[in-house]
Amino acid sequence: MSTYSGVQDEDNFLLDKGRSRQVRRRSLRLLGSMIRPVRAKFILTIILVALSQAARVAGPAIIAFGIDHALPALRAGDNLPLVMAGAGYALAAVAVGVLTASYINATARLAQTMLLDLRRRVFRHTQRLSLEFHEKYTSGRIISRQTSDLEALRELLDNGVNSLVSGAMYMTFTAISVFLMDWQTGLLIMLAALPMWFLTRWYQKRSQVAYRASRVASARLIVHFIETMTGIRAVKAFRREKVNASRYEELAEDYRTVTVRSINLNGIFQPGLVLIGNVTVALVLLAGGFRVLDGGLEVGVLLALLLYTKRFFQPVDQMAMFYNSFQSASAALEKVSGLLEEVPSVRAPKNPVALSGAAGHIKFDDVEFHYGDGPVVLPQMSLDIPAGQTIALVGQTGAGKSTLAKLIARFYDVSSGQLTLDGVDLKDLSGTDLRRAVVMVTQEAFLFSGTVAENIALGNPGASQADIEAAATAVGADEFIRALPEGYDTDVNKRGGRVSSGQRQLISFARAFLADPAVLILDEATSSLDIPSERLVQRGLQTLLGNRTALIIAHRLTTVKIADRVLVVHDGKVAEDGTPDELIAGNGRFAALNQAWEDSLV
Amino acid sequence: MPQQQTSLTESIGRLYPHAKPILPRLARGLVCALGASLMALAIPQVLGALVNETLKVDGDGGAVWAAVAVVLVLGALEAVFIALRRQFVIRPATTVENQMRVSLYRHVQDMTVAFHDRWGSGQLLSRAMTDLNLIRRWLAFGMIMLVVVALTILIGITLMLITSWRLGLIFLVASVPIVLYGFRFRTHYRIVSRLSQDQTGDLATTVEESVHGIRVLKAFGRGRQALDSFTEQAEELRATEIRKARSLATVSLIVSMIPELALGLALVVGVLSVADGQLTIGALVSFFATAAVVAAPVESLGPLMAMTLTAKTAIDRHFEVMDETSSITEPEHPRPVKHLSGAVEFDNVHFKFPDTPAAGMDLLNGVGLTLKPGETMALVGITGSGKSTLLQLVARLHDVTGGSIRFDGTDLRQFSTSDIRSHVAVAFEDTTLFSSSVRDNVLLGAGEQGDEALAEALDVAQAHFAYELPDGVDTLIGEEGLSLSGGQRQRIALARAIAAKPKVLVLDDPLSALDVGTEELVTERLRQVLEGTTTLIVAHRSSTVALADRVAVLQHGAINAVGPHAQLLATNEHYRYIITSLDDEETAGQDPDEVLS
Ligand SMILES: Nc1ncnc2c1ncn2[C@@H]1O[C@H](COP(=O)(O)OP(=O)(O)O)[C@@H](O)[C@H]1O
Ligand SMILES: Nc1ncnc2c1ncn2[C@@H]1O[C@H](COP(=O)(O)OP(=O)(O)O)[C@@H](O)[C@H]1O
Ligand SMILES: [Mg+2]
Ligand SMILES: [Mg+2]
Repeated sequence: MSTYSGVQDEDNFLLDKGRSRQVRRRSLRLLGSMIRPVRAKFILTIILVALSQAARVAGPAIIAFGIDHALPALRAGDNLPLVMAGAGYALAAVAVGVLTASYINATARLAQTMLLDLRRRVFRHTQRLSLEFHEKYTSGRIISRQTSDLEALRELLDNGVNSLVSGAMYMTFTAISVFLMDWQTGLLIMLAALPMWFLTRWYQKRSQVAYRASRVASARLIVHFIETMTGIRAVKAFRREKVNASRYEELAEDYRTVTVRSINLNGIFQPGLVLIGNVTVALVLLAGGFRVLDGGLEVGVLLALLLYTKRFFQPVDQMAMFYNSFQSASAALEKVSGLLEEVPSVRAPKNPVALSGAAGHIKFDDVEFHYGDGPVVLPQMSLDIPAGQTIALVGQTGAGKSTLAKLIARFYDVSSGQLTLDGVDLKDLSGTDLRRAVVMVTQEAFLFSGTVAENIALGNPGASQADIEAAATAVGADEFIRALPEGYDTDVNKRGGRVSSGQRQLISFARAFLADPAVLILDEATSSLDIPSERLVQRGLQTLLGNRTALIIAHRLTTVKIADRVLVVHDGKVAEDGTPDELIAGNGRFAALNQAWEDSLV
Repeated sequence: MPQQQTSLTESIGRLYPHAKPILPRLARGLVCALGASLMALAIPQVLGALVNETLKVDGDGGAVWAAVAVVLVLGALEAVFIALRRQFVIRPATTVENQMRVSLYRHVQDMTVAFHDRWGSGQLLSRAMTDLNLIRRWLAFGMIMLVVVALTILIGITLMLITSWRLGLIFLVASVPIVLYGFRFRTHYRIVSRLSQDQTGDLATTVEESVHGIRVLKAFGRGRQALDSFTEQAEELRATEIRKARSLATVSLIVSMIPELALGLALVVGVLSVADGQLTIGALVSFFATAAVVAAPVESLGPLMAMTLTAKTAIDRHFEVMDETSSITEPEHPRPVKHLSGAVEFDNVHFKFPDTPAAGMDLLNGVGLTLKPGETMALVGITGSGKSTLLQLVARLHDVTGGSIRFDGTDLRQFSTSDIRSHVAVAFEDTTLFSSSVRDNVLLGAGEQGDEALAEALDVAQAHFAYELPDGVDTLIGEEGLSLSGGQRQRIALARAIAAKPKVLVLDDPLSALDVGTEELVTERLRQVLEGTTTLIVAHRSSTVALADRVAVLQHGAINAVGPHAQLLATNEHYRYIITSLDDEETAGQDPDEVLS
């Protein structure tokens, strides 16, 4: 048996038997785990459906009573039975209405509670998963899990309970009536279960594959859609519209084909069940008819049996629909449960070591690192950064500077060796403590839709408006923010499209300023700024840094020079280490870099 | 988002052009659906007739066989009708869905950048997926069932009236409150279903942002807050859904209760009438038999109406996007682009973003600049001065709001946008790589050119690292591929612009993520390639400025000075302020202009 887990192999829909069973179990387990907390509501809903079904049955019985008993009684001068029949019917009517309304409400509550629960679970889990995972699993896929997969589940939850319970009840009651009336006919009906079982098995197998394929196709379509919308500027500038559209058309056609396939399967399944039902009616007529000829069965009884038999198969339609949406939802839950099964490679410690008020002493002890199973990026790194030191990391692109920084922020875990903050292994720190102590600002200053103030407040959700403005002022962002149409309350639009990229960097800088961490990491955080703005940021930085540990990655040597210590990284190793002046005085890479930079100066 | 009120019929009418080709099939589907329900109704009747008429003790075995044959045929017919309805309707409906989906995508792709700034991808996605799915289901199922149900009810009531006009009338009168309530339901349900679909889209947008912004959320440890605000939004959606259900529940209550109450009354009146001799027992029985048949369709009215209203919302949401027009229009008779020399002229260019207050100064407030063919012009200015915006105007990602940009003397709005963009290549500040190989990413705008162009572009951008990736230049990068460092991504994006071999090259701060050494190498090589290509390059560092023949200084929305670097340095205070670095802080000092203003 294969040993895939999580989202691995997610695009494969032709699974071998063992694997197929494995993912289906996983999916059902998830469904079960969603039902468990709402068990009581679930049962209540079932009861409501059952009651409304029972109230429905009462109607015809009362009519029969009215005609068979109340009428003769009335003729005999007693109008009480008629009044009772009328009142009883009205009561049943009210009961049916009220019960129907309440189970619709109950079902919606139930379904929505389960959906909310799952939505949150998926959201929390994706937030928890490590960057390593996110780098491989595209955003479009996560979106597709959260949207179209959950939509499939919702369809099941919306109608599932109702059709299943009312259908099953209806069939059970009818079957019992038939058995009570004539057990031979009852057996005959039971016999029909056999072909139905085969047909269902056939449908189950086929539709499983079809719905899996449909999940894969819809995810692909969504991934492509999201990628286009995210990169729309580049799409336009490089005239990808035509190519994209034809690719999308292909994907949409694939999606359509698999959708049609699954619907067509249902198109055989459903009439198939109806046919089996109708053939059974004919068989009952055949067997019963000859018994009538023999005098073994009364005509009236046969007629009743036939009508019951026909009625017995009526909910089959509903059941088929239920099963169809069940298959669709299960396939969707297979994907969702795969995502939930993923384990974050950067794990929260079981017994975190408390760290309040970190000093900011960072130590790399024989650290080695490689991304996933890629080549070693940092070989044998040993480095001691005392608390309060401002470090500049310089080196060629691709040397491993960002990697080093991301390790300190624990975006990834070291592959071997140890990385400590104030003597505590990062792996032993709780997420909250670590994030309070270490903050990293990257070059890709990502803004969320919302106001400027909200975006800055991300650094410290408890901050007051004054704190926010102070932080913005400190990095020199205040001026431009006030110039925006609604100042701090201006919506920055999707991904901060409303402000220029330099302004975005300023805002994310203010964000870090507000977070006020013990260790601040700036990864080319000022690369899109003009020199005067950068100068302002640096002034702010110098006041901010004070006795903080800082790791600054920058290509402009102006920034580097405010550092206490410079580390030149080359091929993942620290090639030079010293104060800026020391290194400039020497004749290593930094000295050369400095020279090159001086030369390029005006 | 724009939202206008349209009536149900208006909305559904908009579907007509799309559904027109499949109308005959829908009609056939309808006939089959009617056939199937007719069979379902007929079988019990026929059974009754057959059993009562033909079967008696010591009767003929042939009669039994004949009856079985009849029942078998009818039963098979029912199944066949069901199968046929699906056959007729479903495939064509998916075709309509698919066409609408593809045309939505095409349309959205053609919309301006400004449109995309406004619309969250999740919102667009939910329209492309969920809404169209709803429309398809309504076309293939809801609409047909609505007709079938209406016909069944109509026939049923007619039969009931024929059987006994008095009892029938009671039933008919009962439908008045249902119809009246139906209107209220329509208004209410329409509002909540709209709300629910919008909230679904917004929720998708939030998911999308939380995933794209995962680094920031992790860096600040704000997963909790993100979850909280997501939960809040999801709870709102839940509340809306529950409201929706409540609305449906109320209509179901009315639709199932009132006809039943009427029947209760009919029972009393009917029995009394029979006692009076005004009605036969047979008629009474047959009245209730018909009523039993009508009950199910009446009850299904609620859900079907709800489905129809949801479909209406979906249609509205779809056409809301489709009705947006691109403000960047194609000329009716586009000028053929012959041989552009590469001269670019900004003539009194004005630009203002649509969502900025009308009162203030334009962001670009009369930019005048002339690039000679083959010239390299650096554009400098402080953050937010409008450099990136100006650059995007050249590729016509936005349209000027005043003045014009001319290529060889022709306003670029007179060319087709696709022609313009084939001659202008852009490297954006924020590098976007697509999920495909390095090769495909670099050759994105390169047309027919092959490996040679690839090699050259990678060489100029100093992106040799690409060859060392696991599969060399065929390594998958972008979201679905290998992650690269910031500098590596920027170089691929630069290579892409170069590989397009455009007449006009637009580079927005293309070296910001490069270290000094690499920058120097790139600059060196760039200088050679840029020979003969008109280039507009945004620069913050003097090392990049050194690439340029001349420098233009953008300040207060206009070009404040143009000239060679050295000359500007000597004569232009603002330029000195921008380009001189920290070391010369004393000399640079404050920007004199800023001090004055
Ligand atoms: N997420 C990642 N997955 C795999 N490889 C990566 C990832 N990020 C960076 N790399 C590789 O690691 C090396 C170092 O990158 P990085 O630390 O980003 O360099 P820089 O010094 O420019 O910041 C590069 O070769 C890069 O391709
Ligand atoms: N989509 C937008 N809508 C409204 N305002 C915008 C938009 N994009 C940028 N701006 C504003 O226009 C100004 C110029 O932006 P930009 O051209 O990106 O500046 P830069 O010179 O730094 O490249 C900024 O003040 C920014 O806030
Ligand atoms: Mg880096
Ligand atoms: Mg810019």
